[in-house]
Amino acid sequence: MMRRLVALPPLAMLLMLAAPLAAQSHDHPPDKAGEKAKAKEGKPAAPPLTPMAAPVVPLRLPGMPQPEAPPPVDHKAMGHGAMDHGDMDHGTAPAEDAPPPARAMSGPRHAADAIWAKDAMASARQQLKKENGGMSTGMFLIERLEARVSDSAEAFLWDVQGWYGGDIHRVFLKSEGEGEFGGTVEDAEVQVLFSRAIGPFFDLQAGARVDLEPETRSHLVLGVQGLAPYMWHVDGALFLSDQGDLTGRIEAEHDQKITQQLILQPRMELELSAQDIAERAVGAGLTKIEAGLRLRYEIRREFAPYVGVGYEAKLGQTADFARAAGEGASGFALLAGIRAWF
Amino acid sequence: MSRIIKPSMPTVSRRGLIASTAALAAAAALPTPAWAKGGSMRHVKKGFGTYTGEDINLAIAGAHYATGGRSGHAIAVDGMIPGPLIKLREGQDVRLNVTNNLDEDSSIHWHGLLLPFQFDGVPGVSFPGIKPGETFTYEFPIRQAGTYWWHSHSGLQEQMGHYGPLVIEAKDGSDDRFDRDYIVLLSEFTPIHPHAIMRKLKVGEHYFNNSMMTATEGDMSGGERRMWSGMRMNPRDIADVSAPAYTYLINGHGPADDLEYLFTPGEKVRLRIINGSAMTFFNMRIPRVPMTVIQADGQDVEDVEVDELQIGVAETYDVVVTPPDGSHALVAEAMDRSGMGIASLTSHKGHKAVAPSLREVPTLTMADMGMAGMEGMDHGSGGMDHSMRDKNLVPSDVEVGPGVDMIAPMPVDRMDFPGLGLDTVDHRVLRYTDLRSKAMNPHRMPERTIQIHLTGNMERYMWSFDGKNFTSVTDDPIRFGFDERVRVKLVNDTMMAHPIHLHGHFFELVNGDNPHDMHQPRKHTVIVQPGSSATFDLTADEPGDWAFHCHLLYHMHAGMMQVVTVRPFPQEA
Ligand SMILES: [Cu+2]
Repeated sequence: MMRRLVALPPLAMLLMLAAPLAAQSHDHPPDKAGEKAKAKEGKPAAPPLTPMAAPVVPLRLPGMPQPEAPPPVDHKAMGHGAMDHGDMDHGTAPAEDAPPPARAMSGPRHAADAIWAKDAMASARQQLKKENGGMSTGMFLIERLEARVSDSAEAFLWDVQGWYGGDIHRVFLKSEGEGEFGGTVEDAEVQVLFSRAIGPFFDLQAGARVDLEPETRSHLVLGVQGLAPYMWHVDGALFLSDQGDLTGRIEAEHDQKITQQLILQPRMELELSAQDIAERAVGAGLTKIEAGLRLRYEIRREFAPYVGVGYEAKLGQTADFARAAGEGASGFALLAGIRAWF
Repeated sequence: MSRIIKPSMPTVSRRGLIASTAALAAAAALPTPAWAKGGSMRHVKKGFGTYTGEDINLAIAGAHYATGGRSGHAIAVDGMIPGPLIKLREGQDVRLNVTNNLDEDSSIHWHGLLLPFQFDGVPGVSFPGIKPGETFTYEFPIRQAGTYWWHSHSGLQEQMGHYGPLVIEAKDGSDDRFDRDYIVLLSEFTPIHPHAIMRKLKVGEHYFNNSMMTATEGDMSGGERRMWSGMRMNPRDIADVSAPAYTYLINGHGPADDLEYLFTPGEKVRLRIINGSAMTFFNMRIPRVPMTVIQADGQDVEDVEVDELQIGVAETYDVVVTPPDGSHALVAEAMDRSGMGIASLTSHKGHKAVAPSLREVPTLTMADMGMAGMEGMDHGSGGMDHSMRDKNLVPSDVEVGPGVDMIAPMPVDRMDFPGLGLDTVDHRVLRYTDLRSKAMNPHRMPERTIQIHLTGNMERYMWSFDGKNFTSVTDDPIRFGFDERVRVKLVNDTMMAHPIHLHGHFFELVNGDNPHDMHQPRKHTVIVQPGSSATFDLTADEPGDWAFHCHLLYHMHAGMMQVVTVRPFPQEA
């Protein structure tokens, strides 16, 4: 059996027809008028709200300009040929970018509320709002998960981030770290950031970073992430540690498509410090530079293995610290890894 | 539930072969059984039956669809994709009883129909929607004639097959002039759930685009390439979703399904072309067979003979062809040329026409950036970045925030542009400037003008009007006074073409210079070319609340939607 919804509650229909909604204020549906109308008429009203006749003979409302009759004369003869067509008519040019006339503000706020159940309309409107621009979504990106082979070591590295949110406000989770195969994790950090779009291409991000290695340390984070001109993905942040140390980091990478699946990615990373941080063997100034070139093949958009080369150099006093500790201050590495997202 | 289909109205002459014949012919040739063997999910019947009369019952339900090597979950109406052809007659009354057998809300919007707003079928605007298990009755008189269609206005159901054609025969019998009358409904099938598509558009960079500008592709100069990348734009950003995800369909048939339209040489064949796709602009052509356009968006226009036309999402064109003996390819090539829908228009049953190969992928130009007036200037330096988003160029009510990545510096009207990729072909192509309404429109001068900016951010996949997505303007509709005559200028501040649709009305395209033109074509959907403007005159004579949106489904879903209110309701005379 088919349940037939009441398509048109006769009461509401009558309201529409009998009550001059023009006379109603926004917030008061014409209940009383409708009831009166209902009492008067026994049979349900016919549905059409507007006349069916093809050439619409519109109702004239007080204060409205009368429609013009079809042009009775030859316009060429009137010399309109040379008229600028922005200047529309015989001196009655339309109002440019004008607000709607007062009558456009009359009647119910939501026309459907006068016909269908108000609460059903309210929830349908809520749903519509959510469905047309109100969605939230997210992703998890493994930007680099790689092995690095150099003269001195065989190391691994991860660099991942995930986000969830709407168009403007998002929550980010980022983590990166590295270590030696067979050894321990040397560096590991996790960031939780609140992100707000501040322009078409950039987000402002603020939150906390916790280092798990080499020792537990917390930082406040303030950064920007986005797409710079010439299609460089940029992520730059300042970190204020619980020891009061201020450091910074800028990462930038560019995807150059060779073919639709083969992508060459140059990548740069700079680290800075506002002060010497002895326990981390860091000197004030530019502390470290990394440059890499990765060639990846997108088996699917979501999954791309890559190979590449990387160069890493500690700079300035930081390099001196490294040399003093018997480590190399710079070096090349061969890289292989995967980029993936879901 | 028992369904009663009223017997068809008496058919006139050879029009007995109407509309669904082609689809049925092809369906009969398919080995697929009508219903699935295992499981409860129905297999979709491709093509459609014809429903007529004053009482029409339709049921929406989940289904399984397959074409070529692709298959997946779909939504079908009465088990068909497209759903049944609803064939009505001007002047009749109709009651459409729509039952929702899905486990989510659904709806049907009657695209292009003039009707009381409460039966327009947009949940949250015209009515509350149809709950699972419920039947809703749409009831209205038929006040017009022509080719239209219907589709779900709930969520992303339209992408899954919830659409169908609707034809209204004219009172005056003018439809009888043709020997055959066929529907050509264009759409897409994807095995990917539309919510997954939406998410990939939001998070993945050009996920479905396999023809992006690369180092090894295209003939752009280095300077031009630097300019585009300097602006963080890609000149191959043509279709957000395309062949990697889509199989293009004609009447529900993919290229592998060998759809046939039969004719006898010498016959005048009317093709009612409907773009019922979610995201695809199609280039329609029948190589070596000229097409005479007789209707646009269901409204009669003066005959225009063309060799090809581009049809935006939600538009319709009726064309008449008189093909010579043989098999001709009916080609619906996606605008980004990643794939095509194809059928055979043949006088020899079973003869398949040879499909042409896909043409070269088009590339966007300066005009698509809104710099049509600046062609030839030196822009190789990239120092022009600031001028691509100059807030002074838009009215103050346009919110130039993160959702707006560009403001067209010098947008011009491109009513004479035949569509991306068709400006360089060497045959006749339809342009909006070719369209002349057959009937005379009432002579009304606009009382005011308004400007609406089409805005977006490609990178974040945000789409909006005036920089504000629907979520942020639900309480601030676009207001018109009843019977007000308004000139509406749409300015496209993005590099994509948007098919903009106003419910419940026809507007007249301002496609010429004559301010007294009474033959401006009447349309319900207008393509606004990238970086360009398009203007229409609207007499707001249908009171109520109406949806106004981009008909690219995922653009609407991202927020490119508004509500238009027309007040007050007229008093009963
Ligand atoms: Cu759009």
